[in-house]
Amino acid sequence: MSTTAVTTTSTTREDRPGRAARPTALPGVLRLGLLRTRYELRAFFRDRMTLIFVFIYPVLMLVIFATAFGTGPGSFGELDLTFPQYFLPGMIATGVMLSSFQNVATSIAVERDEGALKRLYGTPLPPASYFLGKVGQVLVACVLQVALLLVVAAVAFGVPLPTDAGRWATFAWVFVLGAASGAVCGVAFSSVLRSGRGASAVVTPVVLVLQFISGVFFQFDQLPGWMQSLASVFPLKWMAQGMRSVFLPEEALVLEPSGSWQHGVTAAVLAAYLVVGLVVGVRTFRWLRHDDH
Amino acid sequence: MTTSHSPARVIEVTGLHKRYGDKLAVDGVDLHVDAGEIVAVLGPNGAGKTTTVEILEGYRHRDSGRVHVLGEDPQTAGLAWRARLGIVLQSVNDMAEATVEELVRHFAQLYPDPRDVDDVIEAVGLVEKRRTRAQNLSGGQRRRLDVALGIVGRPELLFLDEPTTGFDPEARHAFWDLVLTLRAEGTTILLTTHYLEEAEHLADRVLVVNDGHVIAQGPPASLGGDQAHRTSVRWTEHGAEHAVATDTPTRVVAELATRFASLGLSEVPGLRVQRPSLEEIYLGLLGGAAAAAADPELMEVDR
Repeated sequence: MSTTAVTTTSTTREDRPGRAARPTALPGVLRLGLLRTRYELRAFFRDRMTLIFVFIYPVLMLVIFATAFGTGPGSFGELDLTFPQYFLPGMIATGVMLSSFQNVATSIAVERDEGALKRLYGTPLPPASYFLGKVGQVLVACVLQVALLLVVAAVAFGVPLPTDAGRWATFAWVFVLGAASGAVCGVAFSSVLRSGRGASAVVTPVVLVLQFISGVFFQFDQLPGWMQSLASVFPLKWMAQGMRSVFLPEEALVLEPSGSWQHGVTAAVLAAYLVVGLVVGVRTFRWLRHDDH
Repeated sequence: MTTSHSPARVIEVTGLHKRYGDKLAVDGVDLHVDAGEIVAVLGPNGAGKTTTVEILEGYRHRDSGRVHVLGEDPQTAGLAWRARLGIVLQSVNDMAEATVEELVRHFAQLYPDPRDVDDVIEAVGLVEKRRTRAQNLSGGQRRRLDVALGIVGRPELLFLDEPTTGFDPEARHAFWDLVLTLRAEGTTILLTTHYLEEAEHLADRVLVVNDGHVIAQGPPASLGGDQAHRTSVRWTEHGAEHAVATDTPTRVVAELATRFASLGLSEVPGLRVQRPSLEEIYLGLLGGAAAAAADPELMEVDR
């Protein structure tokens, strides 16, 4: 360690008229939010576990399902629909849930457990910037992930992508509401995760069960009624259904138990999760470990 | 008592109490730190050091007492106040995915008037490791990164919680030089440490905390009072070790020499003259009542 470096800094400082002249304006909340986004994204893509089990996982599942069930027509009777096309919306919904809910819940739990949150709390970082960083990271990760899913589905399995603006508008609001509610629920859920290492052991079964009952791995209308009802309590079912309304032909409505895409209910359920997650998240968020205050 | 709004008084604490369940972790701590001082807080594990320091840093809320840090109550102070602090917490292994340079730069960007990133990396001796991820640093290197993140915001007040844990002696001496340089720049430093040598080398004043309160304080050279700093003169006579604590060791030795010379011995058998180290004084203070009750003329310094 050399001490000359800091001394050099002090010489520069002598040029200043003194402490009173120090710039005191704190960096802006938005600017720091962007810096945090960059930091969070770097950490996200460097962590091999999140890269595989959050980012790549839905793509991998799509490839496995599409390959296993085949890409030929006639899989759904008279409908002009293939398995890859039917599963794509569910995988998009899953990807959004993993990159928002699972990613935020486990990363906050790990950061709290390892002391990163305590370290940040000791700096002038505004809490709003910290959360903006999470939001920005979730948004970028989700967009890249969905783009990857769409490319793989279209190129490898010939899934037709919608061409009319109305469907893409539906896609946009389902995507944004889904990612936002997933992220705030992730913040809220992180508060019940006591340890960082155990976090994914708690979160993974939750999201896995949701995937099974919400029509991600199975055709939703073929699930038992009670399972459909149970799934309706959680947002993944609604996200998957909303995405089906974007990527499936109109005739595929016969595969929907309700006989409708239920856009109103979908928006209401996702918005409810957003509001409840926000309130619970804000009230329960802790910077310090449970045993640390 | 000096008013807490005096600009020279950076930390002022009176009657601080903090209870966890049944345990009184902090039981009436009074302390102050003036601008430009390095104050070391010593004490055994569980003495209330970390709780006290974390109340000053704004992490924990007190039950009672008055606390002023940089003119504000840490419990209610805002981000502008945090921008004037540097906090080096006890060793952790967070943010492992980022490199040294990325982390120092990231933290610099959080502050209104940061130090130069390259200067800081050089000052903590991590130039060679600037592109190494935090998870691949050794314990001592990781600790130096923690210090870098604590000083990059150009703090007026720096908290160092056991900063040199895991350092080899060379790194520790280099770190001490760095701390003294920071002080020369006007940084006020509150340090907790387990290394008495560190406190002796760095601190203008030492506070010894035990059972939730300050049991002694003062410059390292006079901690514990004159009594504790008496020199011990030891020798062997009739097969037994004798010891005398004295303010006039030269005279004691001269008397011994004369006495043994009269017995025909040119050397005093087993003669040793020792000034007590800070560690011995510290251990004596922690001995508390037992040490106070001991015969002041016969001090055991068997170390």
